[in-house]
Amino acid sequence: MDLNDAQGKLVRLFNDANTQFHKMPGSAIILRYIKSSYQNDPVRSAIELFLFLFAVRYLLAPAYSTQKNKEVSLSEEEVEELVDEWTPEPLVTPITPLEEAENTKRPIIVGPTGPKVKLSNGRTVTNLASCNFYNFVANETIKEKAIQTLRTYGVGPCGPPGFYGTQDVHMKTEADVASHLGTPACIVYAQAFSVVSSVIPSFSKRGDIIVADKAVNYAIRRGIQISRSTVRWYEHNDMEDLERVLQKVVKEQAKKRLTRRFIITEGLFENIGDVVDLPKLVELKLKYKFRLILDEAWSYGVLGRTGAGVTEAQNVDASEVDMITGSLSGPLCAAGGFCAGSEEVVEHQRISSASYTFSAALPALLSTTASETISMLQEEPELLSSLRENIKAMRAQLDPRSDWVNCTSSVDNPVLLLVLKPEVVTSKNLSIEDQHQIVQDVVDECLANGVFIAKLRPMPKALGTSPQDESWQPTPALKVCLTIGLNKKETEKAGVIIRHAITKIMTRRK
Amino acid sequence: MPIRAPRAVNPFATTSPSSSPALDAMNEKADQQRRPSFTKGNKLASLFGGGSPRTRSEAAAIQAAILAQEKALNSPSSLSLPSINLTTATGEKMPSESKTLFQPPSPEEAQKQAKAHAQFGPLGSPAHRYTSQHVGDFAEPIEDEPPYYFLITTYISYLILIVFGHVRDFFGKRFRKQHYSHLAERDGYAPLNSDFDNFYTRRLKMRINDCFSRPTTGVPGRYITLLDRESSDGNNTFKLLGTSTETLNMSSYNYLGFAQSDGPCADATEVIIRKYGVSMASPRADAGTSDLALEVEDLVAKFVGKPASMVFSMGFVTNATAFPTLVGKGCLIISDELNHASIRFGARLSGAMIEMFKHNDMRDLERKLRDVIAQGQPRTHRPWKKILVVVEGLYSMEGTMCNLPALVQLKKKYKFNLFIDEAHSVGALGPRGRGVCDYFGIDPAEVDILMGTLTKSFGANGGYIAADKDIIDKLRTQNAAMLFAESPAPPVLVQIASALRIITGEYVPGEGEERLQRLAFNSRYLRLGLKRLGFIVYGHDDSPIIPIMLYNPAKMPAFSHEMLRRKISVVVVGYPATPLVSSRARFCVSAAHTKEDLDRMLAACDEVGDLLQLKFSSGVAGGAAPGDVVGVKEDEGNLESLVVKKPRWRLVDVVRTGVEDAKVPLR
Ligand SMILES: Cc1ncc(COP(=O)(O)O)c(C=O)c1O
Repeated sequence: MDLNDAQGKLVRLFNDANTQFHKMPGSAIILRYIKSSYQNDPVRSAIELFLFLFAVRYLLAPAYSTQKNKEVSLSEEEVEELVDEWTPEPLVTPITPLEEAENTKRPIIVGPTGPKVKLSNGRTVTNLASCNFYNFVANETIKEKAIQTLRTYGVGPCGPPGFYGTQDVHMKTEADVASHLGTPACIVYAQAFSVVSSVIPSFSKRGDIIVADKAVNYAIRRGIQISRSTVRWYEHNDMEDLERVLQKVVKEQAKKRLTRRFIITEGLFENIGDVVDLPKLVELKLKYKFRLILDEAWSYGVLGRTGAGVTEAQNVDASEVDMITGSLSGPLCAAGGFCAGSEEVVEHQRISSASYTFSAALPALLSTTASETISMLQEEPELLSSLRENIKAMRAQLDPRSDWVNCTSSVDNPVLLLVLKPEVVTSKNLSIEDQHQIVQDVVDECLANGVFIAKLRPMPKALGTSPQDESWQPTPALKVCLTIGLNKKETEKAGVIIRHAITKIMTRRK
Repeated sequence: MPIRAPRAVNPFATTSPSSSPALDAMNEKADQQRRPSFTKGNKLASLFGGGSPRTRSEAAAIQAAILAQEKALNSPSSLSLPSINLTTATGEKMPSESKTLFQPPSPEEAQKQAKAHAQFGPLGSPAHRYTSQHVGDFAEPIEDEPPYYFLITTYISYLILIVFGHVRDFFGKRFRKQHYSHLAERDGYAPLNSDFDNFYTRRLKMRINDCFSRPTTGVPGRYITLLDRESSDGNNTFKLLGTSTETLNMSSYNYLGFAQSDGPCADATEVIIRKYGVSMASPRADAGTSDLALEVEDLVAKFVGKPASMVFSMGFVTNATAFPTLVGKGCLIISDELNHASIRFGARLSGAMIEMFKHNDMRDLERKLRDVIAQGQPRTHRPWKKILVVVEGLYSMEGTMCNLPALVQLKKKYKFNLFIDEAHSVGALGPRGRGVCDYFGIDPAEVDILMGTLTKSFGANGGYIAADKDIIDKLRTQNAAMLFAESPAPPVLVQIASALRIITGEYVPGEGEERLQRLAFNSRYLRLGLKRLGFIVYGHDDSPIIPIMLYNPAKMPAFSHEMLRRKISVVVVGYPATPLVSSRARFCVSAAHTKEDLDRMLAACDEVGDLLQLKFSSGVAGGAAPGDVVGVKEDEGNLESLVVKKPRWRLVDVVRTGVEDAKVPLR
């Protein structure tokens, strides 16, 4: 009985399937094809079927072999065992004595920062470690403006620029920076450090080419890393080497599809202190058709007659530089950063630069502070000239006069980077660690004598990289930041203390 | 009709009985709640039935009802300019003389108060409070789906947009070359934007560009003032008209209402600006470590319940620099697929391998974990050095919370490290506002790294990382933001400190609690109201982020414009921030909102929802009237057919019952 039932059902099913198949558009063609190809030769049909199945499998398989194929297949028990066995390393490695010292020695400022600061140990010291070059921190007008802004805008804008976080004050700051630099447009970010590492990947993608100076700062390096572009390095500030690299790239790429090409460098180098040769750079970039990303984080607000940066100082039209990034938090004593360029460059960033699009906007009171300090720089050139007087006074105490160090910074750079003279390093056979130790000792000695200076920080290395694949690192250096909050006398006095401290540490060392 | 199996069965549960029974049990519970939204029959029946417009007389009746309701509530009309109503002020901030003498406040006083109330509305009734706390089992929010009709039209809309875009491109590139010059090779330079990448922006986003980046002025509090603008060239450029519109702010991440230009936070900030100026002018490592920064770090650590913390001047950079200090080569990051851009940025910088798991899907995570631990590193099969699972506390586009209880269970078994980004959850969740750990009643020690931003609930700027002291000590020496980035500005630090002290009750006792409870109530009230009106709402009940689904791309600008006409500012998001079909509008609720504000919002959504046919809900995700839930049909072992009527409440009923009903599970 049951069998009959089943058979009946099967027949019905088969009939149904048959009619369904015939109803299907194109079924007639398939039937005709099968009939004509069969030709009473089942082997032939089998081969065709096999070929067909192979083709289907081939088309469905991923284009490249994936990891999956290489996976070891394990039973549940084995997996369970492996899970039990697995012991991760601790999240961070134990702190080293050097790091420990770093943490305990880090000076804590009690109260406001300024040319003289009170430290948590109760002492008041001369502060040559902040980029408070124009002493804007103590400026009463700026404070008043900030308070006014606070009383109309509150503190945070509580949202990213795309979602109601763009305030009129931001638009004003953007216009102020653009007109100061002489570019058509500008975009303001909430933090300076994030600007260049976000600008680079928003333009340069995989397959694009970046030619960068070997000594560029940490933020630029991270931007290049995120962009996944092809990078070529040229010797620091060596325009001939740059030209050589550019030529090579152009030649290599001649037959390939045209990709975006960028030269990335800094105005004043964070790690060396010297200045870029912009006219030559612009000439080369135009000649080889590269775009130029110039990080003016340390030169905007410092170089030029009104502090507009390298373009002003070296008489280059700012619109010749495709993207100028800079900081509003350093010399300008506000917060945030910017990228200036053409309308197209700026508008593109508003939707595709990660740290702009996905981060809250700059607090209004910091934005108005930036606007205020930009106009002060333009209206009071005395600020810049007195800073340069102080730089001169300090350099006179150190560079030719010290037997041990020389200053790698450009003459107008208020951040003096002092490295041990090469002859000292060779004659005393100093390793990099020794030099770091000397720098730290000098910093401590200066602080003990009432002068607070900083040191250049080596760039943190990615975890898990071996010592062999070490990337470029700056030479250990002292960092002395000048300010017009101190007069020439005080600056000279501090210079003498620093020089003596260096001598003391160096002579103590055998 | 074939019946779909409710969910794929846990592969480990069947093959290996020894695998984490606790988690399986949890998942089973989740399963019961996670019912598929529709049976097919339901869906076809509702094919064209989503939100048919009401008849004229009915609409008029509703209008009258709203008016009556509004009169009763003494609130501004939904269409009028938001005016500040002084009679509803609770008087707690009023000078006491005027209260005792029964004198109206002087004009200046009144003006001052009006300004304060435009930033932070007064509490209407003690009933408008609720405690944000997790009860019962972690339930995946049920995701409702619209009738097929809307999905199909959504796809068709995109198709039309794309086809039109290509047609316009085709002709444009031939006849209006100058408009396309930026996409073509120009005297030897490759275009800055590739044509393909730019297509979406040019052809889709540009059409609705006026809904984004609307410029504002003043405090982004309860109300936000927009600068009116117009475009004469298809949203390419905008011209400011010189006028402004004050709108109800449903868009800022001002969860606890600390965006204020008056009050204790602003007063403290003013004092600090006078004393400190506005900047530290140095990275933390050099001369940027002030007593203020350490104080804030201490406060943050205590607040989130960790031994130590570190603050940064930007939340994005906090993430971008944190990962490279924690993981590197030979380590693995397992990240929720919907994690924020800053997490992806940091993860990529770290050099660790990155795996993703399905949003909030703990089974997928467990599967991934077993797989990667068993297989080890690719090629070498060496064991991983560390595995860091990264999730967000509260997801800013979905309104969902991470399944912390399950994560902690998994962590015990699989020994990975857990990183939670509490950008949106800190301050916004938990009975004491301390984020997801507080909300779920889990000891913060169970989580290795608690990261958060100070941009949102605290009305300041920046981010923090809280962890054990050895981790923070290490971070202080290795973290790039510590070494090279600007330190947080003193006014920002003091805003954080005073906001934290208000929340903990150290300053102005009672106010912090009020803010937290108002936020929790407001979130639930609005969410329930929207569900009852018939919208598809995503996310968990207590989440202050409330996305409602629009689906059709054309409805994004339409919704945004209609809300703006009603003087409400909302955020609309679509592809690529969300999957192609699920365009949505997102509301961020604040403690600064009053119940009247939310009623105004509900009234506006009710109207616009009818106008744009947005009431898609089938009722499976809650909102149905008690009598309409017929119950679970358990016959034939088929658990999935929950028979409900589509919730399409009348606004008056929503408003009448909302306060009571928001305090029970929003079903
Ligand atoms: C999850 C998450 N992490 C980090 C951030 C970045 O924070 P901030 O806006 O402070 O840069 C955000 C902000 O949008 C976020 O949502």
